[in-house]
Amino acid sequence: MAAPGIERLLAAKEIVVVCGAGGVGKTTTAAALATVAAADLGAKVLVLTVDPARRLASAMGLEALGNTETRVGGQAFAAAGLEPRGQLWAAMLDTKQSWDELVRRHAPDAATRDAILANPLYRNVTGKFVHSHDYIAMERLYELHSSGTYDLIVVDTPPTRHAIDFLEAPERMAEFFSSRLLRWLLVPYRSRLVNVASRPFYQIADRALGSAFLADVAEFFILFQSMYKGFVARARAVERVLEDRRTSFVVVTTLEAAPAQEAGRFVEVLAGKHLHLGAVVLNRVLPAGLLDGDATAAARELRARSRELGNALAGLDDPPGPPELVGRVLAELGESFLNFAVVAKREAEQRAELEVDPALVTTVPSLDTDVFDLAGLARLGQALRR
Amino acid sequence: MAVGLLDRRLLFVTGKGGVGKTTVAAALALLAVGEGRRTLVCEVDAKGDLASAYEAGPLAFEARELQPGLFAMAMDTEASLREYLAVQLKLPRLSRLGAMARTFDFLANAAPGIKEILTVGKLAWEVRRGRYDLVVVDAAASGHILGQLRAPQAINELLSVGLVREQTGWMLELLGDPATTGVVVVAAPEEMPVTETLELVEELATTGVGLAAVVVNRVLPELFGRAEEEVFDRLGEPPASAALAGAVGHRVAPVLDAARLAVRLRRTRAGHLVRLRQGLAERPGPCPPVLYVPELFSRSHGRRATHQVAESLGAEIS
Repeated sequence: MAAPGIERLLAAKEIVVVCGAGGVGKTTTAAALATVAAADLGAKVLVLTVDPARRLASAMGLEALGNTETRVGGQAFAAAGLEPRGQLWAAMLDTKQSWDELVRRHAPDAATRDAILANPLYRNVTGKFVHSHDYIAMERLYELHSSGTYDLIVVDTPPTRHAIDFLEAPERMAEFFSSRLLRWLLVPYRSRLVNVASRPFYQIADRALGSAFLADVAEFFILFQSMYKGFVARARAVERVLEDRRTSFVVVTTLEAAPAQEAGRFVEVLAGKHLHLGAVVLNRVLPAGLLDGDATAAARELRARSRELGNALAGLDDPPGPPELVGRVLAELGESFLNFAVVAKREAEQRAELEVDPALVTTVPSLDTDVFDLAGLARLGQALRR
Repeated sequence: MAVGLLDRRLLFVTGKGGVGKTTVAAALALLAVGEGRRTLVCEVDAKGDLASAYEAGPLAFEARELQPGLFAMAMDTEASLREYLAVQLKLPRLSRLGAMARTFDFLANAAPGIKEILTVGKLAWEVRRGRYDLVVVDAAASGHILGQLRAPQAINELLSVGLVREQTGWMLELLGDPATTGVVVVAAPEEMPVTETLELVEELATTGVGLAAVVVNRVLPELFGRAEEEVFDRLGEPPASAALAGAVGHRVAPVLDAARLAVRLRRTRAGHLVRLRQGLAERPGPCPPVLYVPELFSRSHGRRATHQVAESLGAEIS
């Protein structure tokens, strides 16, 4: 029987959120999970990705991934020798476009909507404040999930400084818009009455930034505040979806120190927030043979006795090469094994430090080529299910 | 003659997450100190990775001398603001920022470019006041560095008046002088890091800040030449492999498997290196120096690893 973890997630969950530190293969893992779910389980699957490699997008037959979902065509599957039982769809997160849609939806009237979209600060601000990218990712997920179009949505999370940031994005967004500080900032522009407590702030701010700029900022927030209720309600709804049992989190990491430690922290945070950890994927793990004591002994022998062994092999009926060359290759073999064995040991130590239920852990071996087509994604997906 | 990498006064070290940006920044600072330069190294992301690279305790905004000539700090935009108000704007030092600090912090989060200018401003100011020969920045990852480098220009355009605007002039001059300021992009010979590096290099051209070097980290050594590879292939075949196993007296198969993996990994990475070099050569203007750091097969991540990277970089620079 296949390991229950990932197989069951793909079959039973409605949302699988793939997270982890940058550079661990999150995007590819998300795409691979979606590919096998569509190909083998007969589901209608969407992979919502953030910043796919161009080759990955084109591998899925999607030259330009956009904010709207696109179906991965039958030709792409046929070229990979796959006959999908279900459907695979893909979409990329376009922060700017998603924000615009959000403003259109929540603005109380056309005038406010246009004023916000035309505000010179708007583009800059939406690109930066309170992890807007993270928020948008969660918001878009909510939107797609509640549309009920897909059996399964696999989400690739944005590269954040800390992988947990995006989890807190809805909460922060709600906090931001209900913030007393925000109201305080807006006071002078509403009442023209600056109280004693805030006066020094405005004096300094005026001198430092110029009052025209402050007024711009304030106007922007006043406009945005009109959407406050909609935003907060929405942020709460997004949180509920994340907490739902139908949502599961897959933490991807390599066994390098920094990402593995971040993965460990992330697993803790998930538990603390009562979110459901579905699997931990250890990606690009070196083969277990590197930890084999007997093989290590062989590598040492090869390095130490390379000349003698080279001579012996060169004396065979069908020698692999001249003695000196064979000896050099044998020495290199031993040296290279011992080098990689050091890294494999480091990986094993990181693995031992990860405090995760072993039943949830899936190991994906270090692939010797990049995944650059649907067949590769399917292969990776199979490795994940095993 | 081109300016030596470490002859500059301000180096921003950036790259995609996970490529070893912090280690390279820490190693460059060590190299500079080794050349007798008084060096400040600053971690912008406040993740504590820089402290780990030196195996030093937590870093603070106030620079600390880790070894003679090597000073390290962690960026803190609120502290930067306080210093800025006091020193640059000649405003009274605010002992009790209290709610005002939170408001500023809030404003800095909300308004475009404020956090960025407080970060870049502090670094530029350290260069200007001349306490250090070189300031090395373990900068934001490739996604965010552009925002930081563009901040002075953005602020300059957004603010029509005010003291902050007046401060951006000298910053722009300092950042725009390629003999003073440079960006070091760290890449790994893998698909996305190379793609991001090429995109970043292209975008950098629009910031006015010069590209000083590209560092390729984790380059695998070439295991075999052609003749050796032929021998290696033969060794995997039955008569030779059986004879080898017999002569060694231990399990040889995993050793051969590991070498096959090493050869193919190296080949894949070599393909990405070619793409990187071509991409850099195709852009207009002179090709930046490309420095290679080999994959470290070492046990540690701390000081020893940093010193090893510094050694490789030193050999590449000289």
